[in-house]
Amino acid sequence: MKDHFIGKSLPRKEGRKKVTGAALYVDDLSFPGMLYGVTVRSPAPRGRIKNIEFTGDIPWGEFTIVTAQDICGAGAGDTRGGPLAGENYVALILDDQPYLAAEFVNHAEEPILLLAHPDRYLLEEARRNVRIEIEELPPIFSLADSLAKKEIIWGEDNIFKKFLVEKGNVDDVWAGADFIVEGEYHTGAQEQLYIENNGAIAIANAAEGVTVWGSMQCPYYVHKALVKLFGFSDDRIRVIQTETGGGFGGKEEYPSLIAGHAALLAWKSGKPVKIVYDRAEDMVATTKRHPSRTAHRTAVSKDGKLLGMDIDFVIDGGAYCTLSPVVLSRGTIHAAGPYFCPNVRIRSRAVATNIPPHGAFRGFGAPQSIFALERHLDKVAHTVGLTPDEFRRRNFIQKGETTATSQVIREQVEMACLLDRAFELSDYHAKTARFAHENSSGQARLKKGMGFASFMHGAGFTGSGEVYLSSVVGAEATVEGRVRLLAASTEIGQGTNTIFTQIAADALRIAADLIEVAQPDTRHVPNSGPTVASRTCMVVGKLIESAVLGMKQTLVGSGLLKEQYSSSEFQEACVAYLEQHGPLRSLSKYQAPPGILWNDEKYQGDAYGTYAWAVYVAEVTVDMLTYEARVEDFVAIQEVGRVINPTLAAGQIEGGVAQGIGYALFENVAWQNGRMANGQMTNYIMLTAADIPPIRVFFEENPYAYGPAGAKGIGELPMDGPAPAILNAIENATGVSFNHIPLMPEVLLEKLSSKL
Amino acid sequence: MRAYLPTYELITPSGLAEALTLLAQAPGAWKPFAGGTDLMVLLEAGKLTHRNYLNIWNLEELRGIAVTNEQVSLGALTTYTDVQANAILREEFPMLCQAASETGGLAIQNRGTLGGNIMNASPAADSPPALLAYDAELELVSTSGSRLVPYHGFHTGYKQMVLRADELLARIILRRTTQSSRQYYRKVGTRKAQAISKICFAGLAHIEDGRIADARIVLGSVAPLPLRCVKTEAVLRGNRIASTVIEAAEIELAGEIAPIDDIRSTRHYRLQVSLNLLRDFLTSLQASNAQASPV
Amino acid sequence: MRMEPIINKLEVHCTVNGRAAIIHAYPMERLLDVLREQLNLTGTKEGCGEGECGACSIFLNGRIVNSCLVPVVQAEGAEIQTIEGVATGEQLHAVQQAFIDCGGAQCGICTPGMVLAAVNLLKTNPHPSVAEIRTGLAGNLCRCTGYIKIFESVLRACQKQRILQDGVELDGQ
Repeated sequence: MKDHFIGKSLPRKEGRKKVTGAALYVDDLSFPGMLYGVTVRSPAPRGRIKNIEFTGDIPWGEFTIVTAQDICGAGAGDTRGGPLAGENYVALILDDQPYLAAEFVNHAEEPILLLAHPDRYLLEEARRNVRIEIEELPPIFSLADSLAKKEIIWGEDNIFKKFLVEKGNVDDVWAGADFIVEGEYHTGAQEQLYIENNGAIAIANAAEGVTVWGSMQCPYYVHKALVKLFGFSDDRIRVIQTETGGGFGGKEEYPSLIAGHAALLAWKSGKPVKIVYDRAEDMVATTKRHPSRTAHRTAVSKDGKLLGMDIDFVIDGGAYCTLSPVVLSRGTIHAAGPYFCPNVRIRSRAVATNIPPHGAFRGFGAPQSIFALERHLDKVAHTVGLTPDEFRRRNFIQKGETTATSQVIREQVEMACLLDRAFELSDYHAKTARFAHENSSGQARLKKGMGFASFMHGAGFTGSGEVYLSSVVGAEATVEGRVRLLAASTEIGQGTNTIFTQIAADALRIAADLIEVAQPDTRHVPNSGPTVASRTCMVVGKLIESAVLGMKQTLVGSGLLKEQYSSSEFQEACVAYLEQHGPLRSLSKYQAPPGILWNDEKYQGDAYGTYAWAVYVAEVTVDMLTYEARVEDFVAIQEVGRVINPTLAAGQIEGGVAQGIGYALFENVAWQNGRMANGQMTNYIMLTAADIPPIRVFFEENPYAYGPAGAKGIGELPMDGPAPAILNAIENATGVSFNHIPLMPEVLLEKLSSKL
Repeated sequence: MRAYLPTYELITPSGLAEALTLLAQAPGAWKPFAGGTDLMVLLEAGKLTHRNYLNIWNLEELRGIAVTNEQVSLGALTTYTDVQANAILREEFPMLCQAASETGGLAIQNRGTLGGNIMNASPAADSPPALLAYDAELELVSTSGSRLVPYHGFHTGYKQMVLRADELLARIILRRTTQSSRQYYRKVGTRKAQAISKICFAGLAHIEDGRIADARIVLGSVAPLPLRCVKTEAVLRGNRIASTVIEAAEIELAGEIAPIDDIRSTRHYRLQVSLNLLRDFLTSLQASNAQASPV
Repeated sequence: MRMEPIINKLEVHCTVNGRAAIIHAYPMERLLDVLREQLNLTGTKEGCGEGECGACSIFLNGRIVNSCLVPVVQAEGAEIQTIEGVATGEQLHAVQQAFIDCGGAQCGICTPGMVLAAVNLLKTNPHPSVAEIRTGLAGNLCRCTGYIKIFESVLRACQKQRILQDGVELDGQ
């Protein structure tokens, strides 16, 4: 059957609103009588709250003030909504993060109290005049100090989570190895830097319950958190996603916190309350990518075959757990890459520090461990005397072989072909040879190099995660006879609305403009799971397909629709059904593909239903006058199952590569006393249009049976490849090995000048 | 927006005369506000301590680029866009045009002014090194008249300048003596656009009979103010461009600048790159030439 | 900290998207906030509040500026154009249509500023090279697209404008 919309670049469904400035983001909304809210935060990284003073010439009586005591009903002052019997923690995994610090603070910028007032200028002035005195305790700021237990700052041993993955017997390989190669690799924090800052508006009262509008990726995460915060039943909490200006993971779990703050102020004041962060607050107080340290020890035979890999992977989770166990999980599973190795041990830990908690960011642990692996394998290749690509070819995993978690790969893997094509497209061999010659001739002002990374990325929740999520999607007929899709999956720029439309229209064989996508509103849409983990197209899209097919089945079964029909006949049938039978709604619930077996205790088995496979190639120039490294050309080729919308898919890769280049060379978080010191766009550097190199994107297709039209997930894949490819290229250009990112010119200078 | 706006005053004088009268009546009470690209950033961060501003954006006497055979006179309100649009500046003062093109992006260039850049006195500013290399002069006006001061020496320390409280910067004068000079400008920033400089280098040399008749070596972001490196210039003056001279100049420069570690970069990086750029400039002079070459 | 004497709001007269507007604001209120809150023109966005991201771009007397850095006093007598004034009624500007057709907008928050920057570029340079497009848009940050499809959108808009100038009808693209 021929596809009508799959594989076509249907224009973005909400595109017109966006290009005319008509799309409404949370800060564009306003309610009568609305107050503004701000958060007063800890000035110190760790300690006991000794005193809070409301100073200055501020009319404090006009302000709504919320503290931790208000959450459990013991707060001071008039609470319009009535006393609360809630829980002061953000419901997530370990429930250790308070909404408002009660007695102790564990990171700088930790929320302590909330203020609201109708005049937002006076509100800021008031925030400045709250004096918080902290009796400081010794803080821990580095992963190393946390592991060394210089202070115990969390739990018994500072460890949020650990994993141990074992395959074969890695302890036995060293004796027989021809080569043993060791290396240590570090990645820094990275700010998601969505151009729209975090924001939420809440209305909360005893009559209506709590309604929150906000910039977010996961309405049901926020819903779950507010249920716990207020101690209400599910139906008294309503969460609505507004048009969201970028997320990248930074609005996966964080919105639960800001939504709760707005709701608490709304409850106490009896008025709608809007909290929107400015850039400085968003940068210093919200989550970032987990910094990491990976140690590799690898046994290799003289013909370049991997015999054993011993990997130690640690991530810095910041002061509270948030999603660290899951970030650690993904990083752990991806740590040994798309290679076959008979003996593997991956030992991993997520540790606590007194830094604002780290959280989800596109890639979610994989960019960290894949950076280490792809840098390390270039080193291994060099040690063994093989080119980086020859080494990879000898070790790429094949169909029928097992991964580090002992998952049998059941699909055809064409890594060698991807590598060949990537090299052809980037002119890798010719350039490598030419650059080697040019670099060696005298005082080369500009040194040039080529580098690549080969990798895979598993989409969807790990192991039994999707079963646990038990996602539900709905499709219903509107009064006009159109199809309205009901899902909690959010449009955050990646194209959810458009992809769902294409999938639904194709499945039903009707015009795309007969499809509507409902705004994610927990009152009206079922829980299709969070908009994360590259699952929205692959997992939720598949449910969309079956939900609309369920509608069609009902119509055909009712005799109102023939097997072959036109768009208008479909529409008429819906209208007729509504008249004769009432609402037409079809729900579809997730069912795991057959044969997925995962052992959560041993962390073994089928970690993901499928993987996308990729090879990325970077061409770099290093300016020997200024030590600046620049990417001149970038080739990204990936096998993604099926491309639903070529423009949207390429857009995802291009955007991810741009973030990856930033991760490698530009985006440095400067820490001072546990706080981000460069929390402005002037000093935290993302790429401008003047910096971005040409990014050439290519897709291969190998349909995945359980994805819609064969599609796999791609949202996070492009984050994994750029940093190692670029640093491999810099080593090729300069002959010097760099193993920390971000790699700044200042560091290039230190190592290059010490080499001379 | 972290400032309490009801406490900030911005008044619009009817003309230059009224502006100067206000400055004279209460010296230090009013500060000039031009395009706002520095002051508004401070305001938003809640760091603008002064409260009372004079909106000088409409003062026509401070606008316009007037050209005579001897000089180019730029109004203090000349924007970076205005600089790049002027044919004489592009031809004879290319370092200033390059600096203007590398300041922020187009939206900043339409509002940022040379006068504001000079008066804000950031040591990392992009245009001052070029202006210093061109021996710019500043015309300062007040109710008592006007005076011309060399830009070199105008700053006496970090954000300190020889400006009276009742004076306003009116014009920037450039003498048209650069036609046969060699010029070299390079800003090293955190990225290619919208970047604060880590190092900013402006070099200018008059070559006669294979010797450096005169030179200007100016650096930004390596001292509390944009720095004319007069000792380094002295090492070059009158000499052939030989490798011994280049090395001597590098040694002198290393001692003359005072780079620091800060949020953007390190002392070592600023020092080494300054030396590299000096060397690159001087080496480029060795390439045979008699003609002025644009940057 | 003691509160200093309070300054009164004043009245500012300007033209916004072709219509006369009277604004009551503190002298140092940002033009960005005044447009969004008093005139309900929420298409102009705040991304950084420091003139770095360009999400707040508008035309002020024909020049593109960051409205987060313009105090409302300096809008007196000015002609202002925001994103809401770019389309002509229902008819989108070629740049806007190209952004839809070529994937130049993803999350859309940078899009109003980016569209204005592209319109600004094409006003004076109807056939820019990719290098000139980069320079023209360097003051507008986008976190989603990596800029590639924004460049393609601008090039497509040029093509269409050129075709329209030559009087040739577009064949359906």
